[in-house]
Amino acid sequence: MTATLDSPAVSTKHRRSTVVRQNLTGWAFVAPFGIIFLALLVLPIGYALYLSLFQKSLIGGTRFVLFGNYVKAFSDPSFLDGVWFVVRFSIVLIPLQMAVSLAIALILDIVVTRFARFSRLMIFMPYAIPTVIGALMWGFLYSDNFGPLAEIFESFGRQAPDFLSSSLIFYGLLNIVTWQWAGYYMIILYAALQGIDPTLYEAARIDGASQWQIILRIKIPLVTPALVLILVFALIGTLQFFNEPKILQDLAAGAIPNDFTPNMYAYQQAFSLANYNYGATISFALGAVVFVCVYIFLFATRKRGGFFS
Amino acid sequence: MSVTPVEVTGTRTPPRRVIERRRTPRERGRIPLSIVLALLMIYFLVPFWWLIVNSSKTAAGLFGGGSSLWFADDINYLGNLVDLFTYGGGIYGRWLANSALYAIVGGVGATVLAVLAGYGFAKYRFAGRNLSFAILLGSVMVPTTALAIPTFVLFAQLGLTNTIWAVIFPSLLNPFGVYLMNVYARDAVPDELLDAARVDGAGEFRSFFVVALPLLRPAIVTVLLLSVVASWNNYFLPLVMLSDNRLFPVTVGIGLWQSTASTYGAAGGQSLWSIIVLGSLVSVIPLIIAFLTLQKYWRGGLAIGSLK
Repeated sequence: MTATLDSPAVSTKHRRSTVVRQNLTGWAFVAPFGIIFLALLVLPIGYALYLSLFQKSLIGGTRFVLFGNYVKAFSDPSFLDGVWFVVRFSIVLIPLQMAVSLAIALILDIVVTRFARFSRLMIFMPYAIPTVIGALMWGFLYSDNFGPLAEIFESFGRQAPDFLSSSLIFYGLLNIVTWQWAGYYMIILYAALQGIDPTLYEAARIDGASQWQIILRIKIPLVTPALVLILVFALIGTLQFFNEPKILQDLAAGAIPNDFTPNMYAYQQAFSLANYNYGATISFALGAVVFVCVYIFLFATRKRGGFFS
Repeated sequence: MSVTPVEVTGTRTPPRRVIERRRTPRERGRIPLSIVLALLMIYFLVPFWWLIVNSSKTAAGLFGGGSSLWFADDINYLGNLVDLFTYGGGIYGRWLANSALYAIVGGVGATVLAVLAGYGFAKYRFAGRNLSFAILLGSVMVPTTALAIPTFVLFAQLGLTNTIWAVIFPSLLNPFGVYLMNVYARDAVPDELLDAARVDGAGEFRSFFVVALPLLRPAIVTVLLLSVVASWNNYFLPLVMLSDNRLFPVTVGIGLWQSTASTYGAAGGQSLWSIIVLGSLVSVIPLIIAFLTLQKYWRGGLAIGSLK
């Protein structure tokens, strides 16, 4: 794996200088990123932790409260409701997204026509769209004023469902996020499927396996590492949900409050109310929750291979 | 999964597979599956279609009773384009330029750092390597938005908020890019080749530039594309960092217009809506072009992470 110059002929002295050189060169390559990493990841995390230990009030000034902010956050209905929302949202969204992207990837792995190649590219396209623009586009499609939904339902004599109302916003957002990311996940899965040795299928066919059995017994097990990767990405992304609800907030009058997701709540605390300490507390708590969730998940699935093996 | 990234990124097997498939009698399901694909494609393309159709409409046409999925009688692309690029003293053009600046400087910078670090981790055993790599892997799981508020407060103390650096510096951080480069470099750059270069008297950095870099090209393009897209699409960070609207990238700019138009309601914001629709369309064109032209690189490259 690593370059080694060791051979019986090489003297110990030479070998020691090789080790030193390996050390120095290795660090020289890693150091530029390391500096950015310390300055823009380690330092802000440490600072968030520090900020979260203080409380600022008009009368008392800034004072040290240890875990006071965390006690406050975990008994703050605004924060807890937001957490509950993203948890519920993840539970529905992630399996849905994985199922959709896996189904498309499996179809594309079977159908190898020019049309299939073209549709693969078109299905991927939403990934290239900024989430802000994606949310805006769907906001238009949902809306009474500009959207086709109202027209389509009217022609059947029905009233269109309002995906911007508080009862349906959950599904409205579900659709937007699935639309945006399914194509990207599909490409990852498709590439993994293409990496499977086709002779495995031949062997299975000779043994009398049907197309379904090949999918269930060969294809899906072999793309498990890619599924794990997608799940991790989706989990990290969903728990810090912000852009889409923030953009739809103005269009969906009243359905998306400022504390809709924990991230929106942290943003509101920090930038509307200038309460950086509490904002940092929520950010840090959220980051820690995401980290722990993903870590537990990866630990639980480590035997299945993937990312960290 | 013993597939090396080289196989994935290089010319894939399609020709062989196509021939193979023509011979097999297992293609009966192909037509129904193609119909499913067609339906899926409609779903994924409808928002784009809506955008293309409606950016041709005048403000009145947008709200007038016509179908929202078909063109109005008067096609007004040109008028809307003029409106878009002249509104507010031509601020939209500036937003586009800002987005390009942030995406290119941030994306290229992130890629350079990721290539160096990924190669360093892959090809050298150095003290602290395993620990630093474990920390790096852990950091892939840290949600970036959790960093935005503390980074903002830090930058505020350094007087960096509301400058272009407040957006560019944080986009240099791409731990996943380092991970991808590392996985790719481990297989794509054989140690024997590096040893040969050393025997020939090349220094470590010379071997990196002359021997390793050309071999890493597919992964470099992928990491570059992913970093550029991440910076171009970034919304939360510039929203937090910038208050001067002349520094906004196009995502934050359109978000601002949208919220202004919503506040004034359909009546007051009518003229704004038509440029928001066209502005959204214009802002997605550069990335679509980038993806279409570079697709042979990123398609294989995206597989790197999933095949490990």
